[in-house]
Amino acid sequence: MDNNAHRLKRRGLKALHLVGLFLAMLVICLPGLWIVLNSLRPTVEIMAKPPVWIPQDISLDAYRNMFGGAGQGGIPVWEYFRNSLIISVTSTIIALIIGMAGGYAFARYKFKGKSAIFLGFMLTRAVPGIALSLPLFMIFARLNIIDTHFSMILIYVALNVPFTIWLIDGFFRQVPKDLAEAAQIDGCTRWQAFWQVEFPLAGPGIASAGIFAFLTSWNEYALAAQITRSVNSKTLPVGLLDYTSEFTIDWRGMCALAVVMIVPALTLTFIIQKHLVSGLTFGAVKG
Amino acid sequence: MAPVTLKKLVKRYGNVAVVHGIDLEVKDREFIALVGPSGCGKSTTLRMIAGLEDISDGVIEIGGKPVNDLPPRARNISMVFQSYALYPHMTVRENMGFSLKIGKVQQSEIDQRVNEAAAILDLEKYMDRRPSQLSGGQRQRVAMGRAIVRKPEVFLFDEPLSNLDAKLRTQVRTEIKRLHAKVQATMIYVTHDQVEAMTLSDRIVIMRDGHIEQVGTPEEVFKRPATRFVAGFIGSPPMNLNEATVDGGRLVLKGGQSLPLPIEFRNKVVAGEKVIFGLRPDDIYPTGHGLSSGEATDVHELSLPVSITEPLGNETLVFITLGEKEWVSRMLNPRPLAAGETIKLSFDLSQAHLFSAETGKTLRS
Ligand SMILES: Nc1ncnc2c1ncn2[C@@H]1O[C@H](COP(=O)(O)OP(=O)(O)OP(=O)(O)O)[C@@H](O)[C@H]1O
Ligand SMILES: [Mg+2]
Repeated sequence: MDNNAHRLKRRGLKALHLVGLFLAMLVICLPGLWIVLNSLRPTVEIMAKPPVWIPQDISLDAYRNMFGGAGQGGIPVWEYFRNSLIISVTSTIIALIIGMAGGYAFARYKFKGKSAIFLGFMLTRAVPGIALSLPLFMIFARLNIIDTHFSMILIYVALNVPFTIWLIDGFFRQVPKDLAEAAQIDGCTRWQAFWQVEFPLAGPGIASAGIFAFLTSWNEYALAAQITRSVNSKTLPVGLLDYTSEFTIDWRGMCALAVVMIVPALTLTFIIQKHLVSGLTFGAVKG
Repeated sequence: MAPVTLKKLVKRYGNVAVVHGIDLEVKDREFIALVGPSGCGKSTTLRMIAGLEDISDGVIEIGGKPVNDLPPRARNISMVFQSYALYPHMTVRENMGFSLKIGKVQQSEIDQRVNEAAAILDLEKYMDRRPSQLSGGQRQRVAMGRAIVRKPEVFLFDEPLSNLDAKLRTQVRTEIKRLHAKVQATMIYVTHDQVEAMTLSDRIVIMRDGHIEQVGTPEEVFKRPATRFVAGFIGSPPMNLNEATVDGGRLVLKGGQSLPLPIEFRNKVVAGEKVIFGLRPDDIYPTGHGLSSGEATDVHELSLPVSITEPLGNETLVFITLGEKEWVSRMLNPRPLAAGETIKLSFDLSQAHLFSAETGKTLRS
């Protein structure tokens, strides 16, 4: 009897839990779903009042137009996509390399002014990106590197390095020093010990730093909007604005482009997330 | 052939010296233990031998050649860490074979040597597990296996048993001893446990505050401690040590009680000299309940009340008060004793130790 009541209560709690989770997920996912939905229906329906909840007129026209190339009012999505990819991937790789070197140094070595430098890195993050856009524009204009991949990569590396160093430092700290020492006694050089032992163990941390850096560059708008001008270097977030013209906004096209932006980011996150097995260092030392 | 020699070895961190110019010769295939209290510089010394710590001053030679400037991998050593330091992302087999893989040894030979070591250490069942799936004792054995597989000339151990429970510790201790007989390598073993040091080693190095207090066989450091510190450090329960003043043929303890001056030291002290008198619990025993060593040539008897007793089954530790201090005596073939009961105690003064109160050095020459 008592047992039964207990079980009922537990079931009730579980149901409540699920409902709560469902509501939370709904709030989080709805905007995303709305974007996907809107990319599939005409502007009339999107703008209709009262809102049309159930889509009536589904078509892939927006996507067809988008990839149909410039010309019939289309937007050079392929170019934007290529720019975004080149800029994000290159800047992420560079930020990771610097982040690994810096994070390792912070985690393993003592040097003068260590905490001051660390604090300095963190402070750079306190400056809002938009405040930098004008000075950056002026400097870049003088240097004649406006509207180039190089300038955007430079900006994103600078933006991401403090964060990657900070994150990777934390992960290297978790790898016991003894392990690299053991590897050195086992015949490794300092360099080999790093790649054979410390790197694989900090790997998940480095991967998450990579995701963060990539997503930051992939989604960044404020600075890119200033520095990029044309198909030479315009990234997808800036490209979104191409759908606005003097009198109309092509909501459907914009949403479609947004979907095109979200998909690679999501895919990448999913792929890497699988490798983010935490607690990998467990068992190295006495447990 | 790999004797290890330390010459005037110094380690400084900034301006603070933690190892103060120690000299030591470890013979080829010798098992030597470094013991001493926490913070005395044992690990630091060992890590300098391993090449993990820079040498501030002095020379380390392995196999007759200075190794000061060689990296760890070029010193032909293995080390077992207190934390074991197993590679968590590798299986037991990979952990043990790692050094050979790095050394570009052929896979067939790696397998053979790893299996050999696994057989010695009884690890065959666990070869495909990760370190996280092993118990503490098993991890310890993997760490030893990883060291053996390299076939180094020198093994270094830094408190390899301190993370094991008491029973396992005794077991692994025996295993290490057997291993030493089998692999025929020089072994340097750091521990703060004097029992481990006594049972395992050919010679013991007792360190304190970055200095070597004494180097000797377990018997030597037990029977003829060079300093008061060694006397108190080696042996369990520890030696009874008491301040005394020489007065004619007697040693006057605090509170006025006195014992005869041991014959051995009659002409090594002068009247009025302050000394530390030491006698092991084994050499104070309720009369008739001691070791029948047969060499008891200088036995003195006193009647004293028992304060408390600690029965251990085959023997009983009897605590008595003398010279305002508590003394421990060891009673063999024990009979029950009541607290407060006055018993006759034999003090075997032929086994006594005297140290200078000033320098702490033995007065035996
Ligand atoms: N990186 C360091 N910087 C400054 N002092 C240090 C450093 N490492 C060790 N020491 C000091 O050196 C001394 C010796 O340390 P060591 O680790 O050799 O002691 P130990 O004999 O191994 O002690 P334990 O039995 O506790 O392991 C200690 O007093 C310690 O505080
Ligand atoms: Mg230590």
